[in-house]
Amino acid sequence: MNDFDWGVIARSWPFLAEGMALSALLVVVSTAGGILLGLGLALMRRSDHAFIAGPATVYVTVMRSVPLILVLFWFYFLVPLVIGRPVGALASALVAFVLFEAAFYCEIIRAGINSVRAGQTEAALATGMRRSQVMRLIIMPQGLRAMTPLLFNQVIIVFQDTSLVYVVALRDFMTTASVVASRDGRPTEMYTLVAVVYLAICFSLSKAIELYGKGRAR
Amino acid sequence: MIVLNDIHKSYGRTQVLRGCTAAVKLGEVVVVCGPSGSGKSTLIKCVNGLVPIDRGSITVDGVSVTDKHTDLPALRAQIGMVFQNFELYPHMTALQNVSLAQIHVLKRSRAEADARSEQLLARVGLSSKLSSRPDQLSGGQQQRVSIARALSMDPKAMLFDEPTSALDPEMVNEVLEVMQALALDGMTMMVVTHEMGFAQRVAERVLFMDGGEILEDSPKSQFFANPSTERARQFLTKVLSH
Repeated sequence: MNDFDWGVIARSWPFLAEGMALSALLVVVSTAGGILLGLGLALMRRSDHAFIAGPATVYVTVMRSVPLILVLFWFYFLVPLVIGRPVGALASALVAFVLFEAAFYCEIIRAGINSVRAGQTEAALATGMRRSQVMRLIIMPQGLRAMTPLLFNQVIIVFQDTSLVYVVALRDFMTTASVVASRDGRPTEMYTLVAVVYLAICFSLSKAIELYGKGRAR
Repeated sequence: MIVLNDIHKSYGRTQVLRGCTAAVKLGEVVVVCGPSGSGKSTLIKCVNGLVPIDRGSITVDGVSVTDKHTDLPALRAQIGMVFQNFELYPHMTALQNVSLAQIHVLKRSRAEADARSEQLLARVGLSSKLSSRPDQLSGGQQQRVSIARALSMDPKAMLFDEPTSALDPEMVNEVLEVMQALALDGMTMMVVTHEMGFAQRVAERVLFMDGGEILEDSPKSQFFANPSTERARQFLTKVLSH
């Protein structure tokens, strides 16, 4: 045990905190942006018109079929070629995360909407409500209950995925820890820290989902 | 009031309605009966455009349901509908269920809507359940809330799609009593039901459907005493025998 030097964590803390801040930023932006865009896609996919539903379906299918790391690369390397100027690593990573996660949020939201009985829509339409009102007042509030655990789950996945931004030379929490690990020759300490932090955050989120589920069942 | 003319409807290759023609006059109570799968529910859902039809025409109070230019939501707001499975909004209280469309469709203020809802819930005998959620109410109570919800729009006519079929037997009467009171008040009603007792007490006319067709359209006394088709006679023997 004498060989361990846990002080390395305290010494490198400001640097690690920067990484954690980037991870948090990615999670917040891709969750907010992904849910908004995902909601739009979900509503498009529900449309009766093929020219509205079709593009959304293609988009979601493609995004769900490629690895996130590829999407990160595309935006970092291809978009500058197309628009003729560099975009910057952070901007391209944020955009890539939002566009990628939107496809998953779309499917979660769609499943939530579909979980509401068709009779609810009929009953609301029969009172003279318009489709948009039915969606906002009747379907969404009920669908949201069904989709909340899945949305939380997706947040956990996004948080774990943020470590992929190292491919566009950004430093998230995982990357900063790995930099310190090789710089100071302390891989055991640093990777243990990473594991503990990921475990703590993801475990408490899962616990929150579980408690939410129990609260609903009551 | 309600005029159905030569209604055809298919789901895929299954023909559900084959040329149904019928009318419900102002203030009249018409019961639609027939075996399961005869198209009764589909027919009644055509009246307010919940089910789009393939051929034929429907007018309610002179307004065409099938015309593309008709403001369907505005028309539906004038026709109350009660469903087999109640379809109350589970995330709202009884009072909110009744007030919702008044606020968002009729643009009444919340206070105005709630006052009207309290009146209507009192009328169906549920003054003590204003803040109960649907899952805290019995089936009969839920169905009475849903009748109040339909009445909250001050409808010109009411459609009932098997309103007592999902109820435990001891709760059927409390719902039928509310419906009977409505009929006595002169409400125009089209009721899909197997409750032949209700038909005998309340209906003016009975439509008998089988295989997507209206086989009988007769005054109640004639329908029960002397049905003109063999199939109606068989149906009556079965439902009246117990």
